[in-house]
Amino acid sequence: MSQSDDTLLLANVSRRGLLKGLAGASALLLAARWDIGLANEQTQFGAGAMPGGWVDNPNVFIHIDANGLVTIVNNRAEMGQGIRTSLVMVAADELGADWHQVRAEQADGDQDKFGNQNTDGSRSMRHWYAPMRRAAAAARLMLEQAAANQWGVSVDEVRADIHKVVHPSTGRELSFGQLAEAARELDVPGRDSLVLKSDSELRFIGKESGLINGELKSTHPKAIDGEDIVTGKAIFGADVDLENTLYAVVARPPVYGATVKSVDDSEALKVTGVKKIVRIDGTGQPAAFNPLGGVAVVATNTWAAMEGRRALKIEWDNTSAGDNAVYTSKAYRESLEKAAQSPGKVIRQSGDVETALKEADKRVSATYYMPHMAQAPMEPPVAVVRVSAGKAEAWAPVQNPRATREGIAGLLEIDLENVTVHQTLLGGGFGRKSKPDFVIEAAQVAKAFEGQPIKLQWSREDDIQHAYFHAVSVDHLEAGLDANGKATSWRHRTLSPSIASLFAPDPKHKAGFELGMGFNTMPFSIPAIRLENPPAPAHVRIGWFRSVYNLPHAWAIQSFAHEMAVAAGKDHRDYVLDLLGPGREVHNLTVGDGWNYGEDPEMYPIDVGRMRRVIERATEEAGWGKERAKGRGLGLAFHHSFVSYTAVVFDVEVDDSGQVTIHRADIAFDCGPQANPERIRSQMEGSCVMGIGIALQNEMTFQDGVAQQSNFDRYLLPRMPNAPKVVRVHLIDNPDDAMGGVGEPGLPPVAPALCNAIYAATGKRIRRLPVGDQLSA
Amino acid sequence: MINLTINGQQHELDVPDNMPLLWAIRDVVGMKGTKFGCGIAQCGACTVHLDGVATRSCITPVSAAQGEITTIEAMADDPVGSKVQQAWLDLGVAQCGYCQGGQIMNATALLKKTPKPETQEIVDAMAGNLCRCGTYNRILAAIERAADKEVSS
Repeated sequence: MSQSDDTLLLANVSRRGLLKGLAGASALLLAARWDIGLANEQTQFGAGAMPGGWVDNPNVFIHIDANGLVTIVNNRAEMGQGIRTSLVMVAADELGADWHQVRAEQADGDQDKFGNQNTDGSRSMRHWYAPMRRAAAAARLMLEQAAANQWGVSVDEVRADIHKVVHPSTGRELSFGQLAEAARELDVPGRDSLVLKSDSELRFIGKESGLINGELKSTHPKAIDGEDIVTGKAIFGADVDLENTLYAVVARPPVYGATVKSVDDSEALKVTGVKKIVRIDGTGQPAAFNPLGGVAVVATNTWAAMEGRRALKIEWDNTSAGDNAVYTSKAYRESLEKAAQSPGKVIRQSGDVETALKEADKRVSATYYMPHMAQAPMEPPVAVVRVSAGKAEAWAPVQNPRATREGIAGLLEIDLENVTVHQTLLGGGFGRKSKPDFVIEAAQVAKAFEGQPIKLQWSREDDIQHAYFHAVSVDHLEAGLDANGKATSWRHRTLSPSIASLFAPDPKHKAGFELGMGFNTMPFSIPAIRLENPPAPAHVRIGWFRSVYNLPHAWAIQSFAHEMAVAAGKDHRDYVLDLLGPGREVHNLTVGDGWNYGEDPEMYPIDVGRMRRVIERATEEAGWGKERAKGRGLGLAFHHSFVSYTAVVFDVEVDDSGQVTIHRADIAFDCGPQANPERIRSQMEGSCVMGIGIALQNEMTFQDGVAQQSNFDRYLLPRMPNAPKVVRVHLIDNPDDAMGGVGEPGLPPVAPALCNAIYAATGKRIRRLPVGDQLSA
Repeated sequence: MINLTINGQQHELDVPDNMPLLWAIRDVVGMKGTKFGCGIAQCGACTVHLDGVATRSCITPVSAAQGEITTIEAMADDPVGSKVQQAWLDLGVAQCGYCQGGQIMNATALLKKTPKPETQEIVDAMAGNLCRCGTYNRILAAIERAADKEVSS
């Protein structure tokens, strides 16, 4: 909890002065630190604070062969965000490589060698842009030195050109391939001797290409895996093909924490191709990344394993599941809504909210609900593991290879050095594959098949019913307005089970990093603010889902700000710009956020000016303020997350039957410097579609602890007809601020913007997601 | 024994009649371009052509797959398929790429039947193919490009 002085919030204070002078800063940091060992020590920030840190040694990342083929190692998980292309492109540009002579190599899981490899938190580019440029600049300098040595001249006389080094005064030149062997023998130059290319020398970084808002730019988009993907050659987890592989599927307890009471496998063993039935012990609660336990069926192909599983007769024992076995979504929602009526743990306050609410001319109050959701990447979890002679080797689509290695090593009680994890392409991640439970589970089965590879495939039903679910949430807000409609007070109670419940006895309150995702960092300038977090227990595995707790926080706050504007009789855009107040930088610590996505608050304050700018841009581009036909309306929402800024405006039509047609989306996005604008645009477009699904369709419900949806027939995802007819992405040209995230920040404002547009079109206020059939009722 | 003709090649497989074509292609023949997404014909990741018709291999038993089976691996040699693939590359459609083989198979089948589809025809024809990355706008634009229509979104 922090007492934040309103004048402090409004002042455009010196970042450094504030950090140094803020009384009790260290106490705040301690209070906000996630105390179960997963958060970083906040003694430093950014890439350096991540486990394994950063590495910029060119010999680790860049290899050039005698033919001039440049191999650049990508140490991050490729799950659709395009990082394999973008990071390789950054290094190739700085190196001066000819793009047609560049290939990517995927690093195995080895944080000691490659630095941090946990692809999570929209960090890959902002943490690896600088190290990769330095590594490439060092390699370039080594090539120049090798040429200078060969020519017997000073290195100052030579310069690298595209894929070669030249000696301008004599016209001599040597190709990268000719220099590679000699360059490799040289010492790596010190960082202080590196000179990075100026912006005008860059060919790829920051350059637009491909499809830009409907116009095809002549420059072809770079896509390292593009050809392999369209020809079916790209290797995802299930495509790893080892000789002598056996195939496994697992029957898992339907209720979180339950165990196998008895199993009759006699019929399963009769299925053609079924080889063996293996009991898997669960590790109980909290599950962390451990398998849920159950019964594995191992066969000569996936289909036989699935048929064998169908033939199993299993009796489950819910004793150890406790009250998870009576977890029912409707009753749970009602219990959270009731809890939201009482004060909770105070997270942030300034002024006297209760008095201000009492004295308000008008009070606005609303309660918002967002259900559990499953990430449901198109590639269900899958892994290939071979255990042999005290060693384990895994091939898997994982976001976090280090945690995968640790999990397997722990399970098999072997040293980390004896576990190898090869990272395949991920057929989507969205947070699901940051949990390596499915690989550890495969290792558990492989343990029973010494020397033989086991491919453990999750069915779609397995994936949806045993996801690490996005937290269900209730957010209750109340605001007081004065006679002019101006906000005088704001009270927000947020209730969700915490991801911390995965790793420790259920804390029932959100952790600091969860609150820091748009709750306590709420940037409105209101005299009296009180933010509370009443308790909410977890009854299923709760896990990261793309943009995580920003989803419910943005949904509630952005919907409510619109409700306040409506109550005040004001234009939504004008009203929120007024609520935000003038452009200024708000230091995270002043709002009680000691996390700040792991970044230095001095470099990454909450910048209200940038927030205002994306709102202004998106609304301008969307034609905000123009009259719309009946049944049609514009909706706005905006959000700051992963140290980037997004605003979305939807142009929506709702017909008499309640059918929603999305005519257009205008997305304004500011992530500071842009490494690969082409992939930034694709992330914004994809986030837009995913957010539409969150608004209209996605919902997981539970009855007596059992997931009620299991496949795409009932767990509905957006399809082509749900996509906006037109999507326009407006990237803010802002090279001067520090680089922000891209993969996640596009998502949080989408659902509230769409619901606000539905209100504008119909006058119907959506407070419970998904919209489902609420408009046709 | 089941005989399958995949991309012009004969395969004699010792598999049960009811094994879905998807698993015969992936686990028995060993071709990995056709993907498993849902197993109930709701996502389209497993789409192949059976005598030119886009077919969900995850619910098609091998016993019913008696005809010319074509998979994503053969699209580069198909005049329409290769044009669709090139449009995908030109517009940078793919994100993770997992569903895109199925999307390309479905789009190619559409364009073979209807070389110049209206936008709404494309949307209707592609509604059965899920993409969790949300690349629908670029998929639509790529199909229009492959059909030599103006890029419209």
